Amino acid sequence: MKLSNIFNKKNRVLLRELVVTDFKLRYQGSALGYLWSILKPLFLFAILYLVFDQFLRLGRDIEYFPVYLLLGIVLWTFFTEATNNGLQSIISRGDLIRKINFPKYIIVISGTVSSLINMGINLIVVGVFMIIQGVPVSWDILLLIPLIAELYIFALALAFLLAALNVKFRDAGYIWEVFLQAFFYATPILYPLAMVIDQSAFAAKIIMLSPVAQVIQDARYAAVTENTITGAQLYSHWYIVLIPFVIVFVSIIVGGLYFKKNSKQFAENI
Amino acid sequence: MADKQNIAVQVEHVTKSFKIPLEGSSGLKQKLINQLRGRKGYRTFTPLKDISFTINEGEFFGIVGKNGSGKSTLLKTIAGIYNPNEGAVNVNGSLVPFIELGVGFNPELTGRENVYLNGALLGFNHKEIEAMYDDIVEFAELSEFMEERLKNYSSGMQVRLAFSIAIKAQGDILLLDEVLAVGDAAFQQKCYKYFDSLKDKKKTVILVTHDMAAVSRFCDRALYIDEGEVSLIGSTRSVANKYLEDNYNRTPGATSEDDEVVEKPRATVKKLTVNATKFDIGDELKATIHYENPESIPLHFGFQLFGQDGSYVFGTNTNNNGLATSTKQKGSIEMKVKLDLVPGLYFITVATMDKGANGVYDYRTNIEKIIIRKSTEVGGVAFLDYEWDAK
Repeated sequence: MKLSNIFNKKNRVLLRELVVTDFKLRYQGSALGYLWSILKPLFLFAILYLVFDQFLRLGRDIEYFPVYLLLGIVLWTFFTEATNNGLQSIISRGDLIRKINFPKYIIVISGTVSSLINMGINLIVVGVFMIIQGVPVSWDILLLIPLIAELYIFALALAFLLAALNVKFRDAGYIWEVFLQAFFYATPILYPLAMVIDQSAFAAKIIMLSPVAQVIQDARYAAVTENTITGAQLYSHWYIVLIPFVIVFVSIIVGGLYFKKNSKQFAENI
Repeated sequence: MADKQNIAVQVEHVTKSFKIPLEGSSGLKQKLINQLRGRKGYRTFTPLKDISFTINEGEFFGIVGKNGSGKSTLLKTIAGIYNPNEGAVNVNGSLVPFIELGVGFNPELTGRENVYLNGALLGFNHKEIEAMYDDIVEFAELSEFMEERLKNYSSGMQVRLAFSIAIKAQGDILLLDEVLAVGDAAFQQKCYKYFDSLKDKKKTVILVTHDMAAVSRFCDRALYIDEGEVSLIGSTRSVANKYLEDNYNRTPGATSEDDEVVEKPRATVKKLTVNATKFDIGDELKATIHYENPESIPLHFGFQLFGQDGSYVFGTNTNNNGLATSTKQKGSIEMKVKLDLVPGLYFITVATMDKGANGVYDYRTNIEKIIIRKSTEVGGVAFLDYEWDAK
């Protein structure tokens, strides 16, 4: 398959149909329907705000900590949802794959795009919270766009890899679940990175090599408060700052190629 | 003639094999264990061995074979669902496969949404689907229901919608699996009518089936696949003859011995003997029912003939024909019948029946198969005495 064909007209139509179908079906039969897209993150944020801001009192030295926290959670939720959607995408459509020949990567992309749209809705809610909290908005907030693009590419890369792996070994789903749990705590989402640095600066440096941690911290820096520790402040050498980007780049190549190589056998292995 | 035509589908030396996992289908643990023990953990199964053929544009091409002969694998390989291990399949134009009706239908979506989703999956863009949409709805006779969810459709309505999409989808090459030919008689008629129209329009069609009647009726040429290899490619007639003969030479299919016998019948059909198994049109079949009737029940006997597609061709019983019942403890009765039938494969069913021929003691379905050889090109069921007279 030529790279130029990836988004030809037919594939775009198919992608759109799959994403739209996914959305239509998501809140099928629920009384509030699409409202849940907004209500769900709202309730989640309300709970987190209560727990972390009022009771645990973490991050008191970070201004606008609730929004800071929410943004991290929104980005992380996208990451887990996109990779999990990707993981299940191929095997959950086994019936289709055995009967029609169509570009398989479209299913993986559609799963991640659905998560992306979800994140868009969540970000609107974050925006509302930002206004309520009176977070000053500067042009820096536009940096969120390339940062989200980076996170999306990383999630897509893993989605490709996991989708193909899951066809071969159904253990992939369980392994990924455990991995995500560990990864969640190894990413500065609930706790400020400063807390880690207090214990061990080296550990903080390792943590920030992960593209997810890098994106979350950079996004907080750009959108919420400059009182956020980013990779650029942490590392003394510029090439270490680049490592997360290199990881993203390498994973999309590896994930894409691995998926492409295996997709020919999906119909018979599923 | 063939040289002048453009090639629609070219299959070149296609070999396809599968790895069938031996145990513990797709776990990581099993994989590791197998690796450690130096076992492969799978066996190789090769349903297609070096298959080559070409289909010309505008041809109605049949692919026939028994169950397990590899025809479904071949179909899926042509459709691009499977990738061949060796060789290549070249398709000229857009190929629309219908391996199953309504693939990807979602019960929670409306009829309209399902048409668009199904169309997109088949590789059509929005404009193309829009152009087909009205036709599809009209043919399915569902215009009032298109905004309703599919789950509220009756199963018949669902089939109609799926079938309409299959019919109205405007591809260059249509790949049809035999699933299209299942369903009730009216549905089958609709299918056949549709095949006729495709033939008239000179569409390139590949029909995969084990129903020789359909192949004889529609196909220009056919391929007979047997155990993964091309047994014969040629005229429909030569393929049909070879297929029927090969098919017959295998042990006869399931008799009622395979069925679960709940209670031993009081009067049993011991066996059926026939004077021959291959006939020409109009030959006489002599079928003898050998029975045992230890209780000396007054018995009548039934005889039925079924076509290959399960159609009921002919049947009668000794009660209807005014014969007296038999009370012999062991005996036989011969049925002589003139086979004025069109060529094909037929199945004989016989039964022992009670007085009045209302109840059945022993019913042996498809106890014997007979073939009527193809000597002339006719269609239908009955071979009527005919004559052309040009004036």
